[in-house]
Amino acid sequence: MALKKVKGSIDRIFDKNLQDLVRGIRNHKDDEVKAKYISTCIDEIKQELKQENISVKANAVCKLTYLQMLGYDISWAAFNIVEVMSSSKFTYKRMGYLAASQSFHDGTDVIMLTTNQIRKDLNSPNQYDTGVALTGLSCFVTPDLSRDLANDIMTLMSHTKPYIRKKAVLIMYKVFLKYPESLRPAFPRLKEKLDDPDPGVQSAAVNVICELARRNPKNYLSLAPLFFKLMTSSTNNWVLIKIIKLFGALTPLEPRLGKKLIEPLTNLIHSTSAMSLLYECVNTVIAVLISLSTGMPNHSASIQLCVQKLRILIEDSDQNLKYLGLLAMSKILKTHPKSVQSHKDLILQCLDDKDESIRLRALDLLYGMVSKKNLMEIVKKLMLHVDKAEGTTYRDELLTKIIDICSQSNYQYITNFEWYISILVELTRLEGTRHGHLIASQMLDVAVRVKAIRGFAVSQMALLLDSAPLLSGNMQRKGICEVLYAAAWICGEFSEYLEDPVQTLEAMLRPKVSTLPGHIQAVYVQNAAKLFAAVLRNGQQGSQEGAAVQETIQLLTDQLPIFVQSADLEVQERASCFLQLVKYIQKLQQKDVDVGEEVTALFAGELNPVAPKAQKKVPVPEGLDLDAWINDPPSEPESEDEKSKSAFAKEEPQQPRQRHREVDEKELARRREERKQEQANNPFYIKGSTPAPKGYQDTMGVEHIPVVQIDLSVPLKVPGMATSDKYVKIEEERRKRDRAEKGKKKEKKKKREKRSRGDRRNESGPESEEDIRPAQTVDIVTEEMPENALPSDDEDRDPNDPYRALDIDLDKPLAESETLPVRKHRAPDPVKSPAEDGEKPEAPQELKKKSKKEKREKEKKEEKKSKEEKKKKKHRHEAEEDPAGEKEKAPPPAPEMEAVQSPSKSKQEVPPASAPAEDLDFWLSNEPVPSKSQEAVVATSKSTTEEPADPGQGSDIEDAKSSKHKKKKQKKEKEEKEKKKKKQHRVPNQEEEESVQNGTVEEEEDPLPPMSNYCLLAENTYIKMVCDVQGNLQDSSRVVVSVIFENKSSSFLKSMEFNVLDSLNAKLQRPEGAGPHDSLSVPFQLPPGVSNEARFVFSVQSIVMPQKLKGTLTFIVKSDDGSSHEKLDFKLHFTCTSYLTTTPCYSDAYAKLLESADMKGSSARLQGVGLPFQHLLAKICFHHHFSVVEKINSCASLYSRSIQGHHICLLVKYTDQTVTIDAKCDESSLLGNLLDEIKLTFSQS
Amino acid sequence: MIKAILIFNNHGKPRLSKFYEHYTEDTEQQIIRETFHLVSKRDDNVCNFLEGGMLIGGSDNKLIYRHYATLYFVFCVDSSESELGILDLIQVFVETLDKCFENVCELDLIFHMDKVHNILSEMVMGGMVLETNMNEIITQVDAQNKMEKSEAGIAGAPARAVSAVKNMNLPEIPRNINIGDISIKVPNLPSFK
Repeated sequence: MALKKVKGSIDRIFDKNLQDLVRGIRNHKDDEVKAKYISTCIDEIKQELKQENISVKANAVCKLTYLQMLGYDISWAAFNIVEVMSSSKFTYKRMGYLAASQSFHDGTDVIMLTTNQIRKDLNSPNQYDTGVALTGLSCFVTPDLSRDLANDIMTLMSHTKPYIRKKAVLIMYKVFLKYPESLRPAFPRLKEKLDDPDPGVQSAAVNVICELARRNPKNYLSLAPLFFKLMTSSTNNWVLIKIIKLFGALTPLEPRLGKKLIEPLTNLIHSTSAMSLLYECVNTVIAVLISLSTGMPNHSASIQLCVQKLRILIEDSDQNLKYLGLLAMSKILKTHPKSVQSHKDLILQCLDDKDESIRLRALDLLYGMVSKKNLMEIVKKLMLHVDKAEGTTYRDELLTKIIDICSQSNYQYITNFEWYISILVELTRLEGTRHGHLIASQMLDVAVRVKAIRGFAVSQMALLLDSAPLLSGNMQRKGICEVLYAAAWICGEFSEYLEDPVQTLEAMLRPKVSTLPGHIQAVYVQNAAKLFAAVLRNGQQGSQEGAAVQETIQLLTDQLPIFVQSADLEVQERASCFLQLVKYIQKLQQKDVDVGEEVTALFAGELNPVAPKAQKKVPVPEGLDLDAWINDPPSEPESEDEKSKSAFAKEEPQQPRQRHREVDEKELARRREERKQEQANNPFYIKGSTPAPKGYQDTMGVEHIPVVQIDLSVPLKVPGMATSDKYVKIEEERRKRDRAEKGKKKEKKKKREKRSRGDRRNESGPESEEDIRPAQTVDIVTEEMPENALPSDDEDRDPNDPYRALDIDLDKPLAESETLPVRKHRAPDPVKSPAEDGEKPEAPQELKKKSKKEKREKEKKEEKKSKEEKKKKKHRHEAEEDPAGEKEKAPPPAPEMEAVQSPSKSKQEVPPASAPAEDLDFWLSNEPVPSKSQEAVVATSKSTTEEPADPGQGSDIEDAKSSKHKKKKQKKEKEEKEKKKKKQHRVPNQEEEESVQNGTVEEEEDPLPPMSNYCLLAENTYIKMVCDVQGNLQDSSRVVVSVIFENKSSSFLKSMEFNVLDSLNAKLQRPEGAGPHDSLSVPFQLPPGVSNEARFVFSVQSIVMPQKLKGTLTFIVKSDDGSSHEKLDFKLHFTCTSYLTTTPCYSDAYAKLLESADMKGSSARLQGVGLPFQHLLAKICFHHHFSVVEKINSCASLYSRSIQGHHICLLVKYTDQTVTIDAKCDESSLLGNLLDEIKLTFSQS
Repeated sequence: MIKAILIFNNHGKPRLSKFYEHYTEDTEQQIIRETFHLVSKRDDNVCNFLEGGMLIGGSDNKLIYRHYATLYFVFCVDSSESELGILDLIQVFVETLDKCFENVCELDLIFHMDKVHNILSEMVMGGMVLETNMNEIITQVDAQNKMEKSEAGIAGAPARAVSAVKNMNLPEIPRNINIGDISIKVPNLPSFK
């Protein structure tokens, strides 16, 4: 025995190992020799596999793995691979699993032999045996394996070694895919793993859940709070990226989530140094903005931020960042085209990039950036690129993009179709393009649908037909000759517009035409017939034309035989028909019979375009069941009885046929009608006849030809081929004229108006989209739809989608039957595995399994109801508390509202099953929505364009006052929002203006002056800084300072650097590696008149005292005469208020707080306060971040919390202009300072 | 999800192919050829992302690649992966190879495909990223190699001796020729981890 072993190992020495094989293959350079060598190697391997020695087998399998990579099928060795896998030695086992992972798949039948082996390996005491088995399994797991091994793998998820845990967690995804039933039982444990102490395991769990959620996001909404927590706590960029991507998938389902996300995401954007994370954050912010874009106040600050960051990416020298920047930009484009359009220059620049991927991305962006105004300009640029582009693929891409851009949303942006036709004609000059067909279909589409353009189109097409180049050398120009198809059809169909039909006819019958592809020739012949009809029609008008007719007939009889001989059946058939027709007409002509009208009638009728989905949308008539059998389904002949029946059935078929014939009169008529309809709907069916066919002359009176309406500046007859360039000029002139006319009108209007509003656009200002009038009266014929078409745009998901099976509700508690299959030893009762223990506690609920579904539905309904009620309550609440309520919609987003809302929710009996959803609801609505500062930014950025004194404002305010009632309010909500915005516009510079200009008047009238927490930080001739200091909810020692920089000068401000002298208590957070005195660069530049916001994070130790920090802003002013370095000093004031965060509190919790011993009391009196109580409260709430707990008459209790968890309770009483504030707080100095600040607030006003 | 990981050289010769979805051997070769065709015609100073590659997946998928000396490392991924993240992962992969093979070159990959597979399997499992920390990866790989060595023990000695002799007998493939140094510093990418 021992001898045998030794002998085996000696033999083995002379076997080839992997290195020898590779070396051998490399020595045989010639392909043929190499193939031969490999086949001898395979023979050797086959021999080796037959040996008993496992190491020989393993060596052979290893070589096979290499050969598999080179493309050799090794499925025949599957069994040997299994043998090697089951070796007890790790070395061989690993080789076996590697070979299996490379070659096994669902169809490999030996896989079912492996189940027990794999289970043994999974439970092996050696962690690497388990690891190798898991890795291998991840590649070839089958439904059977997943079912049998799911339980074992789930046990491994709680293995002591993190190495095994993370692999087990990851492989669960594969198991879920193959065996969806395992998802629900395994999910609780998977969720647990999100909190695993090992970051690798945690990351794996995030990975799996993200992958699951990406496919079926709605089932994972309830995990949002958990992920939110992870996002704010995790520092692993991989995990963060996954989570952020996941949120991107979730936000479309839950806009509230988006609102919650914006702030942490923007913080991340500002703080991260990893480009990958930054990019994903921007991407998700975009997704949030898209989901919010309907019905939410705009978040233009966030958009601005995104676009700005993307611009930085695009301008980067790294091509990767450039590419990604463009990619993300195209997402913004869909919802906020305006903000992208301002970067047109940059994108056009990218068109010149040497990198094709980048050029293609830029092209994609252009698609969304066109407007009526710039379409011509952009297309002109693209045409230049078409000329320059080498390499046909990119040029073809350009061509399709030009057409896409022009034809998008029903030619929305085309103002001059003549220009478009000439662009198309220019495109036909491209050599070797594949897209002739595309151009052709555009020509057809435009000619059919834009009636006004037909005359021009026909003249151009006639020229195309006449020009030789398209015909010559058509082997290379194969693609482009498709255009002739369109040209011939257009000339034929709209022959009444042709100047000289005879000439065109001649062009169409040239012998060279016979070299064109068959389908084009066929169209030529058919349309030659139409032209002939036109010639005949003209022939009736005068004797001079008569000669022309004779000539034409001669021409046709001479040339048509070429086509009769064509190899293409269609051409042949049409040509011979037409030839006979011509001969017949010739005969009739000789007899002086006038046939013009009859021939014309052959081609009468108008074609209308049909909507692409028209066919699908034809409703199924009532009573028609398409699935029903027309005849009884053939039953399987079983007995003799059946046989006789089947014999009888043979006669059967005749009966229905006869019956059919009886009804056929009606039936046929109906069918004919149907067919007509169908033909009429088919744009390529030439002889579509409308119900009442008329001669062409009848339908097309001169007055119907709208050529007259075409702008006078455009010459009707274009000598030679049109060039698109001239249209750009013409168009400009036309627009100028238009504008001038409009300007006149406006002036007249203005004279009539007594006051001219400041925000009126000047004549010289840029014209808006709507101002541009299309050159032609474009009556784009709408596409036809069948009557009572079904609105059926829902696109079903692909039934073969493997991920559909994973669309499983995870919030439902587990049912008893839902456990993973466990190995059983024939024992009838299931053996409990450790995995099941985790699920046990939930078992009692599962008894009512049957009624659960109904119950859930009920609950859902209830939820809905309660939601509606809540909404109503909201309104009522707003109406009751009117000034405060109104204020809520302004900057601070409804802290009080939430306070009311939340208790109502908590009172509700929450059924256990829907708890997660409720939790989510609560989570989503609980925290104040952090959009405060953003709106203010919007305000300031717009304020520059707004006139400071808007005469309409006074009345606006009155409006607001009167709109207390609920109904009115709803209606006016929108208006009001706008008004509010206007009000806010003035916020930053309010302090000075209010007093100087119209302060007194306004203060009396305005029930609730606009409020903002932004206060002036510093100002000089160039720049103005306003700032707001806010505590960070997530971090007890951080304060975020949002600073709005406004460029007041007419020069460009750049390289702004922000620096603050740190104190012991407060420090500016600088990026890692920066020294304690380094300044932070502001991440943007400011063009003249623009403002933008930047945020700076400070870490604060003690928050009980207010403090001031000295700081400097340095920047470079760049103007025409050069640039200068400027400096602006400021003092940043951290008030105690800024450490408070608006936190709602329930009245019972509030009562308990007041009772607690460690609360210290203090009080303050304010005298001579002229404000109504409501306003007073609103002011305290807004400026000092409090929320109202309860309010009774002129007495109210308020609550707030500091970022370090101090509770502050206020009791505010109001009598005769005197306000007493009794306050309690667990930190007396904080309270004292706070009360001083409140006093200050009211003494200022 | 990562759909496939391919390594091939400047001439399109595959050095490693790992598909996380099943294809027949013929399709796999076709994919490798097509990918090589797409990637090889791109300059070195263009971006590392490619759309298309019709064979794997479809429009949702992207090719993300890096070119080191004579080798292309191509990852085919779907939209759930972060582009820049994968670029970093490739870098981690190459650096790990560099550590494990000590100045890795193309020849190492040619002769030790199995080892490359073993390293890769500690980074990516079933198409999902398993580990991104290079030290952790190397620890696990080393531990497994150690096990392998202890298993080979005395029985492996003759085989090792023979293979050493074989290497000596074949001077046409000298081990010391470096076909270009693979470990090139990543340009312009701020550190990820």
